[in-house]
Formats: sequence, structure tokens, C-alpha cells
Amino acid sequence: MSVLIFAESAEGKFKKAAFEAVSYGKQVAAKTGGDAVVLCAAQNLPSSEDLAALGKYGANKVLSVALSDDRPAAMAEALVAAANSLGAKVIVVSNNYMGKSIAPALAVKLKASVASGVVSVPDTTNGFVVRRGVFSGKAFADVNLTAETKVLSITPNTFTLEESGSEAPVETFGADISQNAFRVNSVSVDKVKGKIPLTEAELVVSGGRGMKGPENWGLIEELASELGAATACSKPVSDMHWRPHEEHVGQTGITIKPNLYIAVGISGAIQHLAGVSSSKVIVAINKDPEAPFFKVADYGIVGDAFEVLPKLIEAAKALKSASA
Amino acid sequence: MSVVPDTTTKVSFTDNNTKFNTAGVQYIINPYDELSLTRALEITEAQGGTVTVIHVGRADSEASIRKALAIGAHDAVRIDADPTDATLVAAEIAQYAASQGYDLILTGRESIDYNGGLVGGLIAEALSYPYVNVVSQLEINGTEATALRDIDGGKENVKVELPVVMSAQKELTEPRIPNMRGIMAARTKPLQVIAASGAPALAETQSYELPPAKGAVKLIDAENAAELIRVLHNEAKVI
Ligand SMILES: Cc1cc2nc3c(=O)[nH]c(=O)nc-3n(C[C@H](O)[C@H](O)[C@H](O)COP(=O)(O)OP(=O)(O)OC[C@H]3O[C@@H](n4cnc5c(N)ncnc54)[C@H](O)[C@@H]3O)c2cc1C
Ligand SMILES: Nc1ncnc2c1ncn2[C@@H]1O[C@H](COP(=O)(O)O)[C@@H](O)[C@H]1O
Repeated sequence: MSVLIFAESAEGKFKKAAFEAVSYGKQVAAKTGGDAVVLCAAQNLPSSEDLAALGKYGANKVLSVALSDDRPAAMAEALVAAANSLGAKVIVVSNNYMGKSIAPALAVKLKASVASGVVSVPDTTNGFVVRRGVFSGKAFADVNLTAETKVLSITPNTFTLEESGSEAPVETFGADISQNAFRVNSVSVDKVKGKIPLTEAELVVSGGRGMKGPENWGLIEELASELGAATACSKPVSDMHWRPHEEHVGQTGITIKPNLYIAVGISGAIQHLAGVSSSKVIVAINKDPEAPFFKVADYGIVGDAFEVLPKLIEAAKALKSASA
Repeated sequence: MSVVPDTTTKVSFTDNNTKFNTAGVQYIINPYDELSLTRALEITEAQGGTVTVIHVGRADSEASIRKALAIGAHDAVRIDADPTDATLVAAEIAQYAASQGYDLILTGRESIDYNGGLVGGLIAEALSYPYVNVVSQLEINGTEATALRDIDGGKENVKVELPVVMSAQKELTEPRIPNMRGIMAARTKPLQVIAASGAPALAETQSYELPPAKGAVKLIDAENAAELIRVLHNEAKVI
């Protein structure tokens, strides 16, 4: 009984999400017994060296499927074919936009239980129990998955990469992909260039209404770029179109879980905190010492953002040149 | 359409952390579903057609269903079951939808309570309809839909023939607030309650836990803000 893992790639390169999924899948396989088999399905597949290198994160075998077009539905069909041929009872994907397109299709086709936003390795002592984030990070739920097959969509940036093995054997897997998988046609793709996508970022600098206006975002962007961080914002900031909506974090925006979240001029409303409170380290910068953000922050600076940010940018530059 | 606790809700649990504490909780239409509903109304107002709201839940959701009718939905269906897991909810909706032949099924990107983000994709697959998730623009031209969807690290414009299932992202449109006429009209609009088909749940929530409480914040003097970068590097080791 193997664990089947989807390793997502873009433009012929694996993403960190893929390594996390493999490393997580290996831990699941250690519990349930069987091999950790990885499937990579894309139009532009990673090199055979890169495919084999997934062995480092625990893959026992890597299957590659060349697609005529990168549709999530086609990836789902490839995964279903592989799960059926291997008799895999657990399928692991990353809970990013791609994984969210794929996981429900897998669940229906395999008559599987499905859990999204998974943050734990399953506990198999009594059933098959995984922990998942609920209420946008305000709580966790322990959920028992009762079907024979389980689809797990894991929260990015949650599991540490465990390097154990060496190279894994790579095989081409022949999956018949139906015409149905290509019903949604891509007309154009607009990738955010030269910026770290927020959902994949380990460090995030975020600005709120306290930044006063879009013309001041240079400070947020400069600090972010010095730290190698992505930028985010509060809801009113995106509502007023100071920033694009995909930067909006919180209960009605996206939920993120970076290693570091720096909130500048954000009050810390409950809806905002919902999306960011699982960040590992939180820094609040606010001129109001009573701002609710200070109650959840690890570090805080009570002060004017326009005075504090230039100092932080200087210090970040100094740190970068010291470690270069 | 799902019905969720108001976003200001302080989350807590009862019965030895096995049940969500509903005491004093206000329920609202899931914010993404308000966007779906409004966009569906805009489309039917311009091009004809009707908008049906479907909810899987108990009678206590009916105030929110009436609100959806007041916003402008033509009719509503409540499938009487406890919406305990996404598989059950989607199977019930798909079964009903199959008998109705809708051209467009809109869900939210996720319910803001359990954050599953699954129901739309599960309905699509059960009906063998294509699925487009996290859609922030949607136009219908004849039998074709064009949409802008979020993808990891960017956006994608897509084209697809109806019927299709899509999930709404913020920016799809501005939510509508019901007016007096809508509220009056909603009282007499059809709200049909149908028995569930008995689709099984495949996931059982056993218990809940709140995240561990944070220790007190360490304050750094604004005059000496550079110190923050030092502690993040040396102490927290995150940069
Ligand atoms: C249904 C619903 C859903 C919502 N969902 C979200 C969500 O997903 N995400 C979200 O963010 N919000 C959400 N909100 C809004 C939320 O309630 C708050 O209104 C919002 O988060 C406040 O944004 P803010 O902190 O940027 O602005 P404000 O609350 O106006 O705070 C600005 C802060 O900046 C500080 N400040 C001002 N000037 C300076 C300066 N010079 N230097 C330093 N600090 C300064 C102020 O002291 C203040 O604390 C939602 C609300 C509702 C009703
Ligand atoms: N009980 C329900 N009844 C009707 N629709 C629902 C229900 N639960 C979820 N949905 C729809 O599915 C979307 C995604 O929900 P979820 O998978 O629970 O995050 C919601 O935005 C709703 O549109």
C-alpha cells in the first residue's frame, strides 16, 4: 500500500511545496507502511536529475507524466490513474490554488475522504486522524477520515523538509487523459514578476491604513526587498485600491503562515488576525500602544511607521552586507 | 450558499472541546457566497434567467436564506441535513442540481468557518462539469464563460463552455444590500425544503483546540528600531 504524492512544478522546476509534500508523504508512508511514490505531471517536466533528486526528501519512486497542457483536471486524472495502478490509499497534495483545484476531483473519483489545510501527520492509533486549521487560524480541528482512501491537502510552510534518502528511480507513467480534462482553456497567464508570491513567502511585510496612502508603499516594498520578503496588506487598503486584492490577508482574504509577519500601521482587528495569527513570529509596528496587534505580537515597536521603517531598512541593508 | 458565524465571533468550544460554542454567535451568509449571489443576479438581469439559492442545513439557517431572497434570488432550496462534512454537502447539492440542469453553479472560494474550499470542486466532479476556482471576474457570452482566476503566483484568463462550476474570490463584484422592497418580496418567494438523500459523511470532526496563547510582546524602543533586525536575526532566527 503506497502513499502517492503530487509534486507540483512550474516552468520545469519544482516548487518548495513539492518538496514539502514529498517529505510529508514519506512520514505518512512510515506510519501506514508502503512506499512514498511521487507523481509529477506537467507540460514542461523538470529534468530527470531533478526528478530523481526527489529521493532526497524520501521518494522511493518518481513517476512522470507529460501533459499536452497544464490543466489541473489533467493532473487529477494522472493522479487517479496512478493511485489505481499502485493501490495507493493516501494521496498528498499541497493546499495551494493548484492543490485546491485537484483535491476535490481526486476525492470524488477515488470515493475518498478529503481534508484540506492539514497541519499534522495522521494519527493512526484509532482511525486516521489529521489536524487541520479552521476559523482562518483561530482554531484547529482533529478530523477522522473514514473512507478507505484519503486525500490530504497540506498547509504550505508547515512541515520541515526532512532529507533522508538519495536518488530515486524515475519512470514514465502512461496515463490516458480524457478530453474532459481540457474543457477549461487558458487564454492568457499573468505571472507576478520579480516578486515573491504571498502564498509561498516565508517572510512577509504588511501595511495597513496607518501607511496613509499608496504613495508611501515604497517603504514597505523596500523593507520587504531587503529582507527577501513578500508584501501584504489589510482589507481596507485593498478595498481602497492602494494595493492589489491578492495582497489582502485575513478572514476574507488569504490565510498565511510565514515564519515572520511584520505588520506596519495595522490595528489588529479580529478579522485581520484570523489570517495571520499562525505566523511563527509576529512583529507589530504601530503608533498606538493600545493597538490590539500588540496582544498577539512577539515583538513590537510603538512608534511612527514613517520614522521606524527607514531605520529598519538601514539595519536590514547592514545585515545583508554583513552576511554577504 | 453556506451560513457562517459573523467574522467578529470569538471562537470557543463546549462539551469537552467537541462542539463549537454557538452561544451569542450571529450567523451571516458566507461573504464569498454573497459575491456569487450578486454576480449571478447581475448576469441574469442583463441576460435573462433565474437564480436559485441552495443551502444544505437546518431550519435555523432560514433567516440567512430569506436574506439571500431579499438581495434578489428568485427562489431557494434548503436540503435538510446537518452539513457536517464537505463530501456530504456536495453530494446532496450535486444530486439536486443534476435534476435541475443549471448552466452555472457558483460557490464561494471557501466557507470562512471551516475553510474547506472543497464543496465547489466536489460538486463539479460529481456532475462531471468543469471546475474553475478562485474567480475574481466572470462574464457569460451565450454558452461560453470567460473568467479571471487566481493561480499560484499570478492570474489566468480562462474560457469554458457552460455548464460549469466556479468558486468566487473577492473582487468578483460588490455585495448588494437588501432594500425594503426586496425584504418585502422575500417573504413570499418560494423556499422549498427537501429531504436529504442520505449521502454519507466521510470525515468526522472529533475535537477542536485553540492555538496556544502567546507570551507577552517584547517591546523595542522606536529610537533604537534597528535593534529589531538584530533580534530577528540572532534571537528569533527568522532572517
Ligand atoms: C465581514 C468583515 C470581514 C473582514 N475581513 C477582513 C480581512 O480579511 N482582513 C482585514 O485586514 N480586515 C478585515 N476586516 C476589517 C477589519 O475589521 C478592520 O477594519 C481592518 O483590518 C482594519 O485595517 P487597518 O488595521 O489597516 O486599519 P485601522 O483599523 O484604521 O488601523 C490603522 C492603524 O494604524 C495605526 N497608525 C496610524 N498612523 C500610523 C503611523 N504613522 N505609524 C504607525 N501606525 C500608525 C493606527 O494606530 C491604527 O492602529 C473585515 C471586516 C468585516 C466586517
Ligand atoms: N452547507 C452548505 N450548503 C450550501 N452550500 C455550501 C455549504 N457549505 C459550503 N457550501 C458552498 O461551498 C463553498 C465552499 O465551502 P467549503 O468547502 O465548506 O469551504 C461555500 O462558499 C458555499 O458556496
